[in-house]
Amino acid sequence: MNLADHWLFSYQALARHRLRSAMVLLAIGMGVSSVLLLTSIGEGARLFIEQEFSALGSKMLIVLPGKKETTGSSPPLYGTSPRDLTIEDAQALKNIRTISHVAPIIAGTATVSNQSLSRDIIIIGTNREMFTVRNLSVKQGRMLPKNSETRATPVCILGAKLAEELFKKSSPLGQWLRIGEYKYRVIGLLEQRGESLGLDLRDMAIIPVRSAQMLFNSPALFRILLQLKQTKFETSTIVKINKTIAQRHEGEADITIISQDAMLSSFNKIIVAVTASIGAIAAISLIVAGILIMNVSYISVSQRREEIGLLKSLGASGREVRLIFIISSLVITSFGTLAGLILSYSIVFIIQTNFPSIPLAIPWWSTLAAIFMSFIMALLFSWLPANKAAAVDPILALRG
Amino acid sequence: MTDNAIINISDINKTYQVGEQPLHALQNIKLNIKQGEYLSLMGPSGSGKSTLLNMIGLLDRPDTGQYQLQGENTELLTEEQRALLRRKYIGFVFQSFHLIPRLTALENVELPLMLAGVKPKLRREKSSKLLSELGLGNHLGQLPKHLSGGQLQRVGIARALITEPTILLADEPTGNLDQSSGQEVTDILERYNRNGITLLVVTHDLALGNRARRQLNMIDGVIVTDTRLSTIKIKQYEQQGSSQ
Repeated sequence: MNLADHWLFSYQALARHRLRSAMVLLAIGMGVSSVLLLTSIGEGARLFIEQEFSALGSKMLIVLPGKKETTGSSPPLYGTSPRDLTIEDAQALKNIRTISHVAPIIAGTATVSNQSLSRDIIIIGTNREMFTVRNLSVKQGRMLPKNSETRATPVCILGAKLAEELFKKSSPLGQWLRIGEYKYRVIGLLEQRGESLGLDLRDMAIIPVRSAQMLFNSPALFRILLQLKQTKFETSTIVKINKTIAQRHEGEADITIISQDAMLSSFNKIIVAVTASIGAIAAISLIVAGILIMNVSYISVSQRREEIGLLKSLGASGREVRLIFIISSLVITSFGTLAGLILSYSIVFIIQTNFPSIPLAIPWWSTLAAIFMSFIMALLFSWLPANKAAAVDPILALRG
Repeated sequence: MTDNAIINISDINKTYQVGEQPLHALQNIKLNIKQGEYLSLMGPSGSGKSTLLNMIGLLDRPDTGQYQLQGENTELLTEEQRALLRRKYIGFVFQSFHLIPRLTALENVELPLMLAGVKPKLRREKSSKLLSELGLGNHLGQLPKHLSGGQLQRVGIARALITEPTILLADEPTGNLDQSSGQEVTDILERYNRNGITLLVVTHDLALGNRARRQLNMIDGVIVTDTRLSTIKIKQYEQQGSSQ
């Protein structure tokens, strides 16, 4: 019996027992699509995070004040440098030729109020370059003044939610509001971009970095954001930054530099691990489908005893009978897997087109794994019933 | 004495365990069958007729003794090898037809060729030709449930003949048929026997059994009589048969 005939014979057997075949088909289809859909959630989350990072620009470096190190002879202590990063440090970094933008940042919480309405929010003190580095833009009004690093101009740019909360329907542009002890004039509104790395840009005010120094009464920068001219300059630039800071900080480069790639790859590792474990959970549903294949094959062997006896009397050996049963379970598995693939890809497609905000994507490896798994299951779980069929005594079977 | 025998059985024994008691289904059976012979095997229920038939058809293995089929010793063959011999030399006709209900008449007849790996086009041609010969040319695409008993058995015979076996083993081939369909089936089997196929019919039916030129009688696992009719007697039977 050649392969084409095996397929034909199995197909005839499956097409005839429609309900039974449909049940197994359903089970395998559900198993496969649960693997694909569950992993697509994990993969979607990974892509979402990757997208968020790339929105920041891949050429970004973050300089944090202080360096974790052991100082002193004994006892060893974890010490952070007493020296703050200052606006002047940030300005010094501008002299490094591979850096295109430098954005010093002071961040803190303060109470913002307009007449009787007030709100505790995060205040960011920075300069114009942060808008470039973090891909932000002003929807209405003006940018921060050019001299944000030298003059404490009392102006601010508001996030959309904050503006609405404080000014309701009226336009905030040109209005004065109070932040902490000082009064600021609203010169612009931020383009709505939602959440970025845990910072809600909608509920935030941006002021010139000098003004922030005054507001929080401290020269210390929270961090410095840098944008490189090209990604390949990363390593050499880090060396230069350390050197520049060391010159300014009495020979000690007491800063920590984080590259975006490093952050992204650590996030990636976590997400891949999460996706894989979701996949493993989903694989359990495939195993359940496999057990169903086994049960149905067992029933099928009992129902087809007479046929098996006949095949043997017609010259089929036990090996051929076993093959017939294994192939028929492979045939149904092929159809079931196909149905599962079509089902899950269409569900993901429908969700992607109708709800683009829900991140879903079926990873290629889970598609392969699901196909592979379902065939392994089919082989594994049809083996026992197929052996049982091969061992049927033709004389007894034909006697009925 | 056994030079031209296609089946050569010597001292075959088979015992089944039925409850506490061992049942001696075959006892020291000796049997030679030549090419083209027409044999009937008769005897009461439980006499071992079917066991012997299955033994000859390589569906069952003897406990002791020797069985040569076309000069080949079969006792030590593997299951695969026995299946191959079965496919090559033996055709079965069953009392209850044993057609696969989901397959059409044509597909049922094709089945042995499919198992033997014959190409679809060739086996289709061969099977439809044979079915037409047996008067079923108009029923090729019909499922067994739409065929009468006589038609079903003709499909069964076609399936047994399609591989051109040397020996046809028929277990009560007319047992489930009415008189006229039974006569039809008997005529077909005898026609192929006249063309050279060896025919062994197991039956309870004396009228059928008495038509064979060589008649075996079994009781309690032993062949008690082995009668060969003279040519004259056969002529008489044949005349009786045709005058009926």
